[in-house]
Amino acid sequence: MQEAMINKAKQLLSEGVVNRVIGWKRGEFAYDITPAVFENAEEIEKSFVYDDFTAANVSKYLVKESKKDGKILAFLKPCDTYSFNQLIKEHRIIRENVYIVGIPGGPKLDAEKIKAKGITGILGVKNENYTLKIDTIYGEETMPFYEAVLDKCASCKSKKHVIYDELIGEDGDTLDSNRFDMVEKLENMTAQERYDFWRSQLSKCIRCNACRNVCPACTCEKCVFDNPDSGIENKAPSDSFEENMFHIIRAFHVAGRCTDCGECSRVCPQNIPLHLLNRKFIKDINTFYGEFQAGEDITSLAPLNEFKQNDCEANIIHERGVE
Amino acid sequence: MLKISLDKLDKLFEAITASKTLYIPVDREDGAAEYRKYKSGMKLSNALNTVRSAKDFFFPQTENLVDFKMDGKNIEVIDIRKESEDFVIFGVRACDARSFTILDKVFLAEPVDSYYKNRREHGTVVTMACTRPAETCFCGTFGIDATSPEGDAACYSDGENLFIEAHNEKGQKFIDSISALLEDGDTAKLEETRSKTREILKKLPLANLSTDSFGGDKLNEYFNSDKWGELSESCLGCGTCTFVCPTCQCYDIKDFNTGHGIKRFRCWDSCMYSDFTKMAHGNPRLTQLERFRQRFMHKLVYFPANNNGEFGCVGCGRCLSKCPISMNIVKVMKALEVK
Repeated sequence: MQEAMINKAKQLLSEGVVNRVIGWKRGEFAYDITPAVFENAEEIEKSFVYDDFTAANVSKYLVKESKKDGKILAFLKPCDTYSFNQLIKEHRIIRENVYIVGIPGGPKLDAEKIKAKGITGILGVKNENYTLKIDTIYGEETMPFYEAVLDKCASCKSKKHVIYDELIGEDGDTLDSNRFDMVEKLENMTAQERYDFWRSQLSKCIRCNACRNVCPACTCEKCVFDNPDSGIENKAPSDSFEENMFHIIRAFHVAGRCTDCGECSRVCPQNIPLHLLNRKFIKDINTFYGEFQAGEDITSLAPLNEFKQNDCEANIIHERGVE
Repeated sequence: MLKISLDKLDKLFEAITASKTLYIPVDREDGAAEYRKYKSGMKLSNALNTVRSAKDFFFPQTENLVDFKMDGKNIEVIDIRKESEDFVIFGVRACDARSFTILDKVFLAEPVDSYYKNRREHGTVVTMACTRPAETCFCGTFGIDATSPEGDAACYSDGENLFIEAHNEKGQKFIDSISALLEDGDTAKLEETRSKTREILKKLPLANLSTDSFGGDKLNEYFNSDKWGELSESCLGCGTCTFVCPTCQCYDIKDFNTGHGIKRFRCWDSCMYSDFTKMAHGNPRLTQLERFRQRFMHKLVYFPANNNGEFGCVGCGRCLSKCPISMNIVKVMKALEVK
């Protein structure tokens, strides 16, 4: 796949269709991939990479990149196309300045999951028939591929590209994913159990803002939490509950716009399953307003942006009960 | 050297807690490790390092500095400083131990930061030599020997026993307080373990990373380098690198109106944030490139310029594994390096 992408990028650059390419750049190790913009064939030959670790969603970078001169080639995985669409819908990306080549997506791997097995000194990772052969300073280690898959890929919602100019490989379909399983588990807990679950998770937060900054739905030019004039800017929590509020407020703000790309949880340095907050909203929207997938198209009105006479009333919360 | 069998560690921890509060790294359910206040039954983590560094013990993420109470036109200033309790941080790695030396240069230089000093004086740092360094480790680049960590006292494991030695008076006092549990031990196997670890350290992928091209006199070489654009282009502007870093020491001080008084607090700040260094006239660093550059120039040029050549990095590797876009000091050094 990587070779086909490199050839495609070089072709589109040489034909003058695009003047830049956004993709992923090889790092020091097998897994430390950085999203990058390439300007010529030489750079691409040297460091362009697409493999099991190229998980980063590059759609959000296109907010800025699509406003620069010329057209940029973006390789988008199926999940990334939903983010891209949603950003178009929100008038954040200039569509005609992006040439989209749809590429097959994951499942992508999570280096942290390999390390959590106690495997360290990682020099190389190879996937041989879905067994990972990991070359380390301490000798070769193996582990099943699927045990190292990123959470976001383990419950993949779609193999379908919802927007593209051309595809490499064949397009897939939306999947009947198990993505609401954990949400249901949380719903079935007592209020106290659920509270304890979220307290234990969110109290790990170091307020680095990585979740917010990577989130394609978080594109405010100045977040209220960063604005000293907003009165609620907070680099420091005033009490031990404030981190919880930050994440809950953020989940509310992206409700109906979150495509469930899973980047928030992928980048969290403290492994907080932040995507579960968003999924709860997605599940509730599906239940109360009918199935809706943010980013699936660029024209539909989002349920929370639209009023219908048969919309559920706010007291649904009481009707459902709190437990 | 004095030793205790590894299966008697809980006895050791109980003995320490008899007189002091003890913090040890423990494993969380998600596989990561973090420091926690020791309670009976807790097991020492085998993880190489914690996600948050040990700097939190001396330089917490948030702390209140002073309170103000208003009564009409009178302002009462309330000094809320209290003598810190005595505490022990056990299992600090060589990289984090060195970070305290770096933080000391900032907080214990005149004017001395009394909040930091208070905790520093009451804290005993007991380090733990590494036996399984990771590919992200590069403490050797900064002259740190992972098999001989600094600290008030140091521990070394040979797989069966934990050997302990004091480095100063505070460390000796610590050892005296647990001496009933210790016995003299033969270090032959330990020396074997340590030399094996040293061999591994030499083979690490970053073993040859050098600071030779950096230092206090390199401002002009690097400040205007055309590499910064490419290096910083994907930076999300989050604070992960700065908050997991054991040596990042920038903070913000603010007043918080509680409705019935003012609390002046300080909290970690990050040079990656858009309001960092914002002043009355505005912000001198308007782009992420400038913010990104600041972080690395501080560690590789400005800090050594002001601190006799000491770099502001200890090679713990946390930013290498935690940066959401995998951009870090190693990549910056390799890209900038003028051979």
